[in-house]
Amino acid sequence: MNKVIITVVGKDTVGIIAKVCTYLSENNVNVLDISQTIVQEYFNMMMIADINKASVPFEEIYTRLGEIGEEIGVKIHCQREEIFTKMHRI
Amino acid sequence: MLNLFEVIETNNMIEHERLDVRTITMGISLLDCCDSDIDTLNEKIYNKITTYAADLVSTGEAIARDFGVPIVNKRISVTPIGLVGGCACKSPEDFVTIARTLDKAAHKVGVNFIGGYSALVSKGMTTADENLIRSIPQALACTKRVCSSVNVGSTRTGLNMDGVRLMGEIVLATAQATKEQDSLGCAKLVVFCNAPDDNPFMAGAFHGVTEADAIINVGVSGPGVVKVALEKVRGENFEVLCETIKRTAFKITRVGQLVAQEASRRLGVPFGIIDLSLAPTPAVGDSVAEILEEIGLEAVGAPGTTAALAMLNDQVKKGGVMASSYVGGLSGAFIPVSEDQGMIDAVNTGALTLEKLEAMTCVCSVGLDMIAIPGDTPSSTIAGIIADEAAIGMINQKTTAIRVIPVIGKNVGDTVEFGGLLGYAPVMPVNRFSCEKFVNRGGRIPAPIHSFKN
Repeated sequence: MNKVIITVVGKDTVGIIAKVCTYLSENNVNVLDISQTIVQEYFNMMMIADINKASVPFEEIYTRLGEIGEEIGVKIHCQREEIFTKMHRI
Repeated sequence: MLNLFEVIETNNMIEHERLDVRTITMGISLLDCCDSDIDTLNEKIYNKITTYAADLVSTGEAIARDFGVPIVNKRISVTPIGLVGGCACKSPEDFVTIARTLDKAAHKVGVNFIGGYSALVSKGMTTADENLIRSIPQALACTKRVCSSVNVGSTRTGLNMDGVRLMGEIVLATAQATKEQDSLGCAKLVVFCNAPDDNPFMAGAFHGVTEADAIINVGVSGPGVVKVALEKVRGENFEVLCETIKRTAFKITRVGQLVAQEASRRLGVPFGIIDLSLAPTPAVGDSVAEILEEIGLEAVGAPGTTAALAMLNDQVKKGGVMASSYVGGLSGAFIPVSEDQGMIDAVNTGALTLEKLEAMTCVCSVGLDMIAIPGDTPSSTIAGIIADEAAIGMINQKTTAIRVIPVIGKNVGDTVEFGGLLGYAPVMPVNRFSCEKFVNRGGRIPAPIHSFKN
C-alpha cells in the first residue's frame, strides 16, 4: 500500500467529492476512507487513498488535484500519509 | 487510522503557524581533498562538493512536495578549511581562493549557504589556522554564500585568549571589509565556545572531523506552533504549560525526523542528527520572543525572562528527544535579535539590553546572536564580549556563540537592514568602559576544575 491523504478545505459547494472521486477513479486510485466536517464555517474533507496501482505518478495526482481545487474554488492538498502518522502516532 | 482532526491540526501548523523544516544540511568531509598544490586542492574541493550535493536541492524540493511541508533551506557544511587547506595555503590570500571555490560550488548546486570556512583553535593556533582567521574579512567580502566560524574555547581546553583577542580584531575588520553592505560579513561569522561537530544551522555549521564522509543533518523549527499551542493554555499552571510545550516539540521534531530519514534514503547519505532548535524568522508569528510573552512577560527582557527561557528550552528538549533517536547540534531556543520581530520590538522599546541577552544565553542554546552594535566599538571590547560569552559556555559545559555586527558608520538609534532571513536590527548600546588591558594579556584561561573527569 502507498497511502496518501487528500484534504479539501473551503466553502461548501455541490459536487466537490464527486469531482475528486471521478479524477481518482479515472486514474485507478483506490479510496480507503472518507470523512468530513465543518470547522469554523469551512468545509473540511479528508480522504485516505492508496496510489499503489495508480496509472499516473504522485506528482501528477498532486498537481492535477490542486488544479481541480482551483476550478471549484477550494484548496486541495495531496500529501504522503507519513507526515500525519509520524506526528500523531508514537 | 488517522482522524480528520489530526490531519487538520497538522495542516494548520503548516499553513497558519509557520511549521517548516528550517534546513537540510549535508555535511561533506573534505579531508580526502588535501593536497600540497593549491590549484589541485581547489579543484578536488569543487568536484567533491558538486558531486555529493548535486541532487540535494531537488531532493529537498521533492520531499517538501510529497509531505506538503516547506523545507526552507538546503545547505552544505564542510570540514573546517583550516585543516583542509593547511598543506597548500601559505598565506591568507591562498585561503581566500578556497573561499571562492566554496562559493562557486554552492552556487553550482543551488544551496544558499555553505559553512565550514572555519578554524578550531580552542587551545592553540597552527600557522594554517591563523592564516585562515586572518583571511576571513576578505573571504567574506568577496563571497556571497560562504559562512565562517572559529572555535576559541571549550570546557576541556579552557579559552584561547590569543584567539579571542584576534577574533575581536577580525570581527571589526570583517565589518570594515563589508561596510558598503552594512557590515553584512559579520552576519556570516560566528565565534564559538564548545562548537558542536554536527550543527546544521548557519552561520556556524561545519562538518566535524569525527563525522563520516557525508551525512544529513536536519534543523527543525516552529516557534509559531508553540506560540499558538500556548495560547490555548493561558492562565494555567506550569505543569500544564510544560506539558503543552513538550507535546508540541514532539510533534515538530517528528516532522524533522521524517524529513531527515527520507532525505537520507533518497540521497544515499547516512542520517546524522536532528537539531531541535526553535529557530525564529523575522516574519510575524515565527518568534521565540512571542512565546516568552505568551508565557506571561509583558516584553522580552522583563524580570522572569531568563527563567521563562530556561523552562522553554528544557521542555523543547524533553519533548524533542522522545521524537528522534539522534538529537544533536545546538538543540534549544535561538534568540537572534535581528531575526525575531519580538526581539527587535523589545530592543526598540528599551525592554531588552545586551546584558539581559547575555544572561539569557546562559540557559538556552547558542549566545549573542545577530546583534548590531555601534561601528566605533573597539576591537578589545568585542574581544571582551566574546570572552564573556565563551566563559559562560566553558563553565556551563554548553555551546555558546557570538555573532555581533559592529555596523561601520552607524550608532545607537540607527537601524540596519540585512535582508531576507537575516532580518533587520536596531543598533544596541555597548558598555563603554574598556577591557583592553584584560584582553591584551595573552595566553590561555585554563580549563575549569569540573572538566577533569578522567
